[in-house]
Amino acid sequence: MARKVVITGVGATTPIGGDAPTMWKNALKGVSGTHTLGDDWVEKYQLPVHFAARASTPALEVLSRVEAKRLDPSSQFAVIAAREAWKDSGITDVDGDRFAVTFATGIGGVWTLLDAWDTLREKGPRRVLPMTVPMLMPNGAAAAVSLDLGARAGAHTPVSACASGTEALHQALELIRSGKADVVMAGGTEAAIHPLPMAAFSAMQALSRRNDDPEHASRPYDRDRDGFVMGEGAGALVLEAEEHALARGARIYGELAGTSVTADAYHITAPDPEGLGATRALKAALFDARAQPEDVVHVNAHATSTPVGDKPEYTALRATFGNHVDNLAVSATKSQTGHLLGASGAIEAVMTVLAVYDRKAPVTINLENQDPEIPLDVVTTARDLPKGDIVALSNSFGFGGHNAVVVVRNH
Amino acid sequence: MASNEEILAGLAEIVNEETGLAPEAVELDKSFTDDLDIDSISMMTIVVNAEEKFGVRIPDEEVKNLKTVGDAVNFIAGAQE
Repeated sequence: MARKVVITGVGATTPIGGDAPTMWKNALKGVSGTHTLGDDWVEKYQLPVHFAARASTPALEVLSRVEAKRLDPSSQFAVIAAREAWKDSGITDVDGDRFAVTFATGIGGVWTLLDAWDTLREKGPRRVLPMTVPMLMPNGAAAAVSLDLGARAGAHTPVSACASGTEALHQALELIRSGKADVVMAGGTEAAIHPLPMAAFSAMQALSRRNDDPEHASRPYDRDRDGFVMGEGAGALVLEAEEHALARGARIYGELAGTSVTADAYHITAPDPEGLGATRALKAALFDARAQPEDVVHVNAHATSTPVGDKPEYTALRATFGNHVDNLAVSATKSQTGHLLGASGAIEAVMTVLAVYDRKAPVTINLENQDPEIPLDVVTTARDLPKGDIVALSNSFGFGGHNAVVVVRNH
Repeated sequence: MASNEEILAGLAEIVNEETGLAPEAVELDKSFTDDLDIDSISMMTIVVNAEEKFGVRIPDEEVKNLKTVGDAVNFIAGAQE
């Protein structure tokens, strides 16, 4: 029998709250983290999209100036969320050789890279900061967290676009189950609200252009959805071998019962319209968790609010759950947070864990006219989940055909 | 042309910006590595900022000779002439 893995700490810095409790309170209320950007670069570069979902608490309000100077914004968010999760776990003493980090990102230190390029062109190579390389490397966040908390059983960085954060939990579960670590800080981070990624995602028609009404731009499952909203922030979870957590009398939020990762091998960006890769991921995750489809009561969907993305996920859910799909309380929390790319899976995992722990499903906002082709039971006001044993899951899909699923069970 | 006192004050400001150390801690006899705990990456950032502030050039091969704050002040004063 594989070791059981439990969640004992959560942390987050997001567009709807600078820590996990604030995020969760807002997620149950239903707020929009999306606002018009005040930056001069929006007009300077004539970006077609004028809004995004910024972290509600700027990293510089949490970290010292000197600390922040050496970290790309994506690593700043990671350190903030990881510190919160670590404190929340109550762990005061850990064997660093048995403590690992899996911290994902979709893009890595994009601000640092592009700032350095600007500096090179404007001021020459002498002015390029010596910290540029460690700040831009995609493993920078995992390394910063490992350094900050003394985690020496490896610092890993899964990179699978918007599935990255969920894949971090998958790797973490494997590390603990296989006995390579007892404790893992798992998470995901992203800080890509920069004109270049905004222009690039716009170029592929992925972003909503609802410039006159940004708060209602992220509207998964709505008939009038027109793209996702770029978000930023990080989520982090402390995962622990069950016996390790029990031995120290930890508060246990729930069990990370199973995970899975699959690839579509269908198209570099378009989801498989039949959702075959997603279906395989869902079935594999349930199998990994030793759960029956009927055990599942709640799904935190990937649902990014793009015209083409939301429906194949429904198709995959129906293929996996059959008629039980109608009994699932489905939440599309990107309606509130926007899409945090490589951080989204981690943040949604935090929400899924808290949903199981508090037995409440968070809210999907901006659903005015539900797409008739996606007849899911979408949670639009916070809803109680049943008593007794329950299972919830969170899906993430990424450009490249990446599919990742995590399954959480009450403990 | 900055005086030695002005160079010291300017360096202290740059060190504070990079490391958070109090400017008063940046004294002439202090070693950058042993006393101020400044690593090689921070040192390069400080050097480049000092070049800009004082309008001098501090060649890379010279940086290893700048052991103390006083060494740096003297080098910058000499380079200004």
